[in-house]
Amino acid sequence: MTAMIAPLPLSSTPASPLLAVTGLEQSFGGVMALAGVSFQVAEGLVYAVIGPNGAGKTTLFNALCGFYQPSSGSIRFTERELLGLPTHRIAACGIARTFQNLQLFFNMTVLENVMVGCHLRTKTSLFAAALRLPRVRRQEQRLRDWAIEALELCELADRATQSAGTLPYGLMKRVEIARALAAKPRLLLLDEPAAGLNDTETLALRDLITRIRDSGVTILLVEHHMPLVMGVSDRLLVLDYGSVLAEGTPAEIQADPRVVAAYLGGAVNYAV
Amino acid sequence: MRLAGFYIFAAVVALLPVLFPDNYFVVVVGTSAGLHVILAVGLNLLIGYAGQISLGHAAFFGLGAYASAILSTRFDWPSLLALVAGLIAAGLIAWVFARPILRLRGHYLAMATLGFGIIAHVIMVQATQWTGGPDGLAGIPPLNLLGWQVDGDLQWYGVIAAAMLLVVWLSLNLVDSQVGRALRAVHGSEFAARMMGIDTARTKTQAFVVSAVFAAFAGSLFAHQQAFVSPDSFNLTVSVELVTMVVLGGLASTFGAVCGAIALTLLQQGLVVFEDYEMLIHGALLMAVMIFMPQGLFVGLTQAAHRLGSTLARSKFRRSLD
Amino acid sequence: MPEQLFQFLVTGITVGSLYALVGLGFALIYNASDVVNFAQGEFVMLGAMAAIALQNAGFPLFLAAIVATLLTVGVGLLLERFAIEPAVGASVVSTIIITIGAAIFLRGVALLLWGKDFYALPPFSGDTPIQLGGATVLPQSLWVLGVTVVLVLLVRAFFNRTLPGKALLACSYNRVAAQAVGINVKVMLRLAYGLSAGLGALAGILIAPITFSSYEAGVMLGLKGFSAAIVGGIGNPMGAVAGGLLLGVLEALGAGFISSGYKDAIAFLFVLMVLFFEPTGLFGHKSAERV
Ligand SMILES: Nc1ncnc2c1ncn2[C@@H]1O[C@H](COP(=O)(O)OP(=O)(O)OP(=O)(O)O)[C@@H](O)[C@H]1O
Ligand SMILES: [Mg+2]
Repeated sequence: MTAMIAPLPLSSTPASPLLAVTGLEQSFGGVMALAGVSFQVAEGLVYAVIGPNGAGKTTLFNALCGFYQPSSGSIRFTERELLGLPTHRIAACGIARTFQNLQLFFNMTVLENVMVGCHLRTKTSLFAAALRLPRVRRQEQRLRDWAIEALELCELADRATQSAGTLPYGLMKRVEIARALAAKPRLLLLDEPAAGLNDTETLALRDLITRIRDSGVTILLVEHHMPLVMGVSDRLLVLDYGSVLAEGTPAEIQADPRVVAAYLGGAVNYAV
Repeated sequence: MRLAGFYIFAAVVALLPVLFPDNYFVVVVGTSAGLHVILAVGLNLLIGYAGQISLGHAAFFGLGAYASAILSTRFDWPSLLALVAGLIAAGLIAWVFARPILRLRGHYLAMATLGFGIIAHVIMVQATQWTGGPDGLAGIPPLNLLGWQVDGDLQWYGVIAAAMLLVVWLSLNLVDSQVGRALRAVHGSEFAARMMGIDTARTKTQAFVVSAVFAAFAGSLFAHQQAFVSPDSFNLTVSVELVTMVVLGGLASTFGAVCGAIALTLLQQGLVVFEDYEMLIHGALLMAVMIFMPQGLFVGLTQAAHRLGSTLARSKFRRSLD
Repeated sequence: MPEQLFQFLVTGITVGSLYALVGLGFALIYNASDVVNFAQGEFVMLGAMAAIALQNAGFPLFLAAIVATLLTVGVGLLLERFAIEPAVGASVVSTIIITIGAAIFLRGVALLLWGKDFYALPPFSGDTPIQLGGATVLPQSLWVLGVTVVLVLLVRAFFNRTLPGKALLACSYNRVAAQAVGINVKVMLRLAYGLSAGLGALAGILIAPITFSSYEAGVMLGLKGFSAAIVGGIGNPMGAVAGGLLLGVLEALGAGFISSGYKDAIAFLFVLMVLFFEPTGLFGHKSAERV
């Protein structure tokens, strides 16, 4: 009888992931938009989610943000369960995002848009705001400084006073990124940031994403622009019909025959 | 600089009775316009900034008026205390109803606020033992501000002008603050607002409560100034007029609401001359402004002025090149 | 007690039929244009007032009713052409103000034409009450019921059986796609306004012998019709009919057993309660909004 008793692991488990999604399911009528999606994102990475149109990428983002109520599964973010939390509480946990269909505040200036992004970093009461107490004035100044900082990171400072609706499309998308960054998130979700951008803008976006990653923000990136995705991501998740088709490094994914068949389709040039 | 428009407006309001002393029109119509400004500026926070329509705001106007009327005539409360009680009551009622009502969108929200206003009006008419029913309540004592009894048209002009300027100032501060930006964000994109950590339900509630409290404030002043209230002043037509003021001036602009309120007050005064044609003209104007200048008179005209200005500047520039 | 209940039910169903017709008009226009037409009540008023005026001018009742309905249809088309078409794509608030403006305008026209007096139409087939199991029913109530049933069935058949009806439905689902498959959206818009104006006018003519009409008569009826459409889930025509009947019956029961003075408050309280629990009405479709 040589019973082997395994020694208890002494907190030797690898650093727990920033985001751990397990068995996420979401359906609309008969459509299974997410059919049990599981994956983990380690802190500090650019983690891309790719897949054909209608694969469920945006639905995944919406579920993460609490816009949809998935029927089952779990979303753990820094060990906290996000499922069931309202969106504004999820944001308060340190998640920010941009949208595939622009969701800018067109009724505000660029600066004001980004100042709204700083909403969670300070609190103003209704009374103090209406009376414009000195402390509110100081707070406004601070909000303005933070917003300008985010605008500068995205090279938008010269557009600050412009109305958000008057910008060219590419810049609008960048304002969304600045607004999300202004919240100082730990995890940033970008939904097709390159869609509608020209080549120069896409290159600039690639730089921006790298800079954001280097500043310590983890990025979850949904994107169809393969050169960008392959160039910038550390790992990829491939979705198809709401299920995970593959997961791995860019090299692994490009070599995966199933992915090539389902999505990438034949010869693709991955260089930017 | 931020408040330059406000100081100019305040100066005009202060100078009017000096420039036109003993002018009935300035003082009496001015008082009525002042109350309308309070109502419109408050409602604009909700409709213009937060993007939530209310077709029942006369209810809160009436609530303030009846609170003052009932408390000061039946319970002999000092007028100032009655006023404050009216504000608190309006705020509480708005707070209770805000969540279920503001969960609704678009036409459903229009329906709910409309129903709310009609129910409030029916209560004013039917709860005779409290409200005096359709005949209303008379003999409301004048406002007593810590010993100073407000009396006479000119004094009322002063009091209401001061109240109006206070409301305009508060509103200007509010919209240009974190709270105001949250309101506008909810209007611009509710999804993005939530994603920025804004509790949209709470934000809408704030707008609803503030606009209700402003409306009750106007109502209370109205009751003490008129010394009489009846349900007719707070019916559906009044609710619609309030929305008209906000939209006429231009949504999401405090001075737009100010202009809309003043314009509609003057229009109503002017149309009285036309007697039977009043309704016809009122309706036609409403349609025409909305169709041809949907951004409202004030906003539309300032934009037109801007365009004209830049066209002139450009042609001047071009001429300087020749 | 049971007779009383039955009596209230009869009243409720009569009034509810009218709300249903007005609500149906709201639903038709909403389907075609996403606009809630706050002048719908004024169609009812115009139908009633025009029929009364024509009848007083010597027209036989039947002819007066037809001409009044056609006139109101004309007004509906004019409204669409000069107030709705120029404002396509306007915000919800703007369209609400435009149609409220139209309502005030039409009320103003009626005021000029007929003053502030109250008028009525003679009952279509006498006013000898019919005893029906303990309740008294006016012959006019039977007219209201009968015509409403016929009209509702016609509208249903129009949507389910005819090409224009199906085209109108297609517009309500997706206007751009409807345009793309060759449906003339503008014509559909006019059709919807003409139809709703006609339905409103008929409702007004049916009720004119029961209640007095004046230039203001359309306000409350319009609001109740709007409530009916909302309770049923706006844009759902048969939902509006159900909503109207429900509203009418509840209102009659409330007026009978609680207080007639509070009858409007009871009706709107019911609408609020429905919305608090079903924010898109009882039969409205609930879809997750897309981001
Ligand atoms: N709110 C919704 N209601 C109904 N169906 C929806 C909704 N949102 C998404 N879907 C459906 O779920 C599926 C996945 O859609 P999703 O938008 O997530 O795709 P995606 O991967 O983001 O595609 P794309 O690359 O085109 O953006 C699609 O079939 C879509 O029609
Ligand atoms: Mg997508």
